[in-house]
Amino acid sequence: MPAMNMLQALNSAMDVLLDKHPETVIFGEDSGYFGGVFGATQGLQKKYGLDRVFDAPINEAAIAAMAIGMAAKGLKPIAEIQFADYIFPAFDQIVSEMSRLRYRSAGEFVSPVVVRAPWGGGIRGGQTHSMSPEAFFTHVPGVKVVVPSNPYDAKGMLIAASEGDDPVIFFEPKRIYNGPFDGVPDAPLSSWAKHPKGEVPEGHYRVELGKAEIVREGEACTVITYGTLVHVAVNAAAKAGIDAEIIDLKTLAPYDIETITASVNKTGRVVVAHEAPRTSGFGAELAAQIQEECFYALEAPIFRLTGWDTPYPHAHEWAYFPGQARFIRALQTVTEAR
Amino acid sequence: MSNGQSRFHVPAPPFRPGDAPDFSHLDLQKAGEAKRPDPLTAPAKMTDLAFGMIGVLDHNHQAVGEWDPRLSPEVLREGLSHMVLTRIYDARMLKLQRQGKMSFYMKSLGEEAVAVAGAMALEQSDMVFPSYRQQGILFARGRNIVDMMCHCISNSRDNLKGRQLPVHYTWAEGNFFSISGNLGTQFPQAVGYAMGCAYKGEDTIAASWIGDGTTAAPDFHAAMTLASTYRAPVILNVVNNQWAISTYEGIAKGDAATFASKGLGYGLASLRVDGNDFLAIYAATKWAADRARKGCGATFIELFTYRADAHSTSDDPARYRPKNEFEVWPLGDPIERLKNHLIGLGEWDEDRHAKLEEQMTALVVKSYKEAESHGTLHDGPLSPTHTIFEDVYATEDWRLRRQRQDLGV
Repeated sequence: MPAMNMLQALNSAMDVLLDKHPETVIFGEDSGYFGGVFGATQGLQKKYGLDRVFDAPINEAAIAAMAIGMAAKGLKPIAEIQFADYIFPAFDQIVSEMSRLRYRSAGEFVSPVVVRAPWGGGIRGGQTHSMSPEAFFTHVPGVKVVVPSNPYDAKGMLIAASEGDDPVIFFEPKRIYNGPFDGVPDAPLSSWAKHPKGEVPEGHYRVELGKAEIVREGEACTVITYGTLVHVAVNAAAKAGIDAEIIDLKTLAPYDIETITASVNKTGRVVVAHEAPRTSGFGAELAAQIQEECFYALEAPIFRLTGWDTPYPHAHEWAYFPGQARFIRALQTVTEAR
Repeated sequence: MSNGQSRFHVPAPPFRPGDAPDFSHLDLQKAGEAKRPDPLTAPAKMTDLAFGMIGVLDHNHQAVGEWDPRLSPEVLREGLSHMVLTRIYDARMLKLQRQGKMSFYMKSLGEEAVAVAGAMALEQSDMVFPSYRQQGILFARGRNIVDMMCHCISNSRDNLKGRQLPVHYTWAEGNFFSISGNLGTQFPQAVGYAMGCAYKGEDTIAASWIGDGTTAAPDFHAAMTLASTYRAPVILNVVNNQWAISTYEGIAKGDAATFASKGLGYGLASLRVDGNDFLAIYAATKWAADRARKGCGATFIELFTYRADAHSTSDDPARYRPKNEFEVWPLGDPIERLKNHLIGLGEWDEDRHAKLEEQMTALVVKSYKEAESHGTLHDGPLSPTHTIFEDVYATEDWRLRRQRQDLGV
C-alpha cells in the first residue's frame, strides 16, 4: 500500500471519483489547469479534460450556486473554496439553499454537493487564511460537516461524501496536508510516510461519515477533538504521561454521540478542543450535550481548550494555536480536579 | 479642505402619493421598430436591442415588425386563457387571504404575460427557476390548480408538507424549480443547471426570472459572470416591474441606461422587451431559446412591465406611489392587449371572453372547494407533524430521531 500525504490522498479520491462516476465534476478558483493553490487537484484536468475539472471565477457564491444547479441536474459537483476563510460569500447559497433544498421541496429536488475547503491555522496564513469556521455550518440543518485528520480518512471520507445524497462541507486541515503535527511549532514537519494512516489504498474505499474513532485508549480523561489537534492531543498526552482517551470526531454534523458518551462515562473527565474561537464554538455544543447525557458520570468540569475570541493573529499565531503546552495544562487540570 | 463639489446622491422616483403620474418621459421604442437579428448573431453586433424595446403589438393591437412570432390563433387563445386564469386565480386567492384562509399571497396583476408567454415559448422539458409572481408558468405547464391551492393553504395535500410560504411553489414533474424566499439565489443556480444540461449533451435549457431590485444583489452578478464565462444555455430574465416593494427601479439601476444594458458588459445577448406584450415576450424567449440550443450561450432579457397591485398581502402601495399610476402606464394591460389583438384578427369576441372568464371563475371556485376539503392552515388537517423532521437529510440521524421523539411524534 503506498504512503500518501493528505493532499495526495485527496487527489487520489477525486481521481477515483472522476474515473468511476461520469457525473463527477470538480471546479474552484485555480482548481483546473494549475491544480489548486495547494495542489489537491493537480493533474486531474490533464487526465480527465476541461469539462470535468475546471477553473471558476473568484466568486464563491457563484461556485456554490453553480454546484447546486448542477446537482439538481444530476451531476455530482465537488466545489473547492480556496480557503475556508473565503466561504462566507457563499454562505447564503450554502445555508439558505444547498442545505435546505431537499427540505423546502419535500424531496422533489436535492443538492448533493461537496464543498471542499482548506481549513485551520498553523501555516502563517494570517487572519484571512487560518480560520476554522465549522461552527457556522454545524448550526445549519441539512449539511454534513467533516474534518478528517489523516490521509486515509481524507480519501475515504471524500469518496463517501461525494457518493452520498446530502451536501457535505469538507474541511481539510491544511497544517497536516503534508504530515502530522505535534503542536510544537519549532519541531520539524514529520511525513505521513511514517504514520500508519499515511498508508492509503490506491482504489475505491469509503470511510463512513458520522463515525468517530478512538485514536488512543485511556482511562484518565476523554479528549474530544478533530483535525490538526488530534495529533497535538496524542503527543501532549504522551508527553504529560496522562492516560487520556482521545477521540477523533471526524464528522461534526452529525457527530458520533455514542462513542463520546461511552468514553465519558468511562473516564468522567473531558477536554473538548478546537482551534476556532471559544464562544459559541463547536466545543460548546459538545460540552452541552455531554453534561446533558453524562452529568452524573462527570468528576470534573468540562475543559474547553480553544483558540481565543479574536481573529487569527499572524505574528502571534502560536500564542493563539492550542499547542502542546496548553494541551498538557488542559489534561493536567482536568485529571487533577477533585 | 473640501472643494464643496462632491454631492451625496440618492435617486428618487418622479412621483409620490398625491402627485399626478406622467410617463411621457419614458423613451419607449415603438412596436415593430426593433430589428430581429438571426439568433446566432454575436452579441456585440446587436447592442441596440438592449436600449430599445422589442414590441410586436402596436396601438391598434396589430402585430407588426420582424419580431412577430406569427402564432396561430389557437396558441394566442391558449395564452389568453392562461393569463385570464392567472388573474382570476390571483384575485380569488387574495380574497381568501383577506378572509384568513391563508397566511400570505402575492398577485401578478399586470405582469401575467411575463410568466405565461415565457413558459409557452419554452419546451416543457426546459427547467424554469422562477421568482415568486410567476404562477402563470404553472398554468401554462398544466399544473393541477387544486394542487397549487393545497400548497397555498398548507393543508394535508400540500406537496411541500407545509414548509414554504404560499406561492413559493415547487413542481419537479413540471420542471419548475423550488422557489426560495431569498431573492436572486436561483439566478446562478439556473446557470449551473444549464451547464449540467450542456455537460450531458442535452438540448434542454434553463430559464430564470428575478425582479429589477434583485439586480443589485451579488447573485445577479454571479449568474451573469457564470453565464458569460461558460456560455451556458440559459435565459436570464429581469422582470422590471418598476417596484421592489416600495423601492423604485432607479435604486437598483443607478445610472445604467437600462437594465438590459447591464448584460452588454458581460458579453451576453441583451434584449429589452415590452413585458406587457404577449407576442413580444414569446418571440424574444423563443429567439433566446434557439440561441441557447444552438450553442450560442445565454441571453439576458429585461421585461419592461408594471406591478399593478401590491407587492404582497403585507404591502400597501398607496403609501409610496400614486394610486392611479397603473392606469396611465403607457404599455397597458397585457390581457386587454392580447384580447384586442385576437378580436382584431376575427378570432375572438367580447362574448367569448366573458364566457372564458365565467368558466375560469367557476374552475377556481370549484377547485378551491376541493382544495379546502383537504384542510386549511387555519383549521387543518395539515401534513402529519412528524414530517417536520423529514427531508432534512436523506436519512434521519440520531439528533433528529431524538428530537422527533421529544416532540412525541
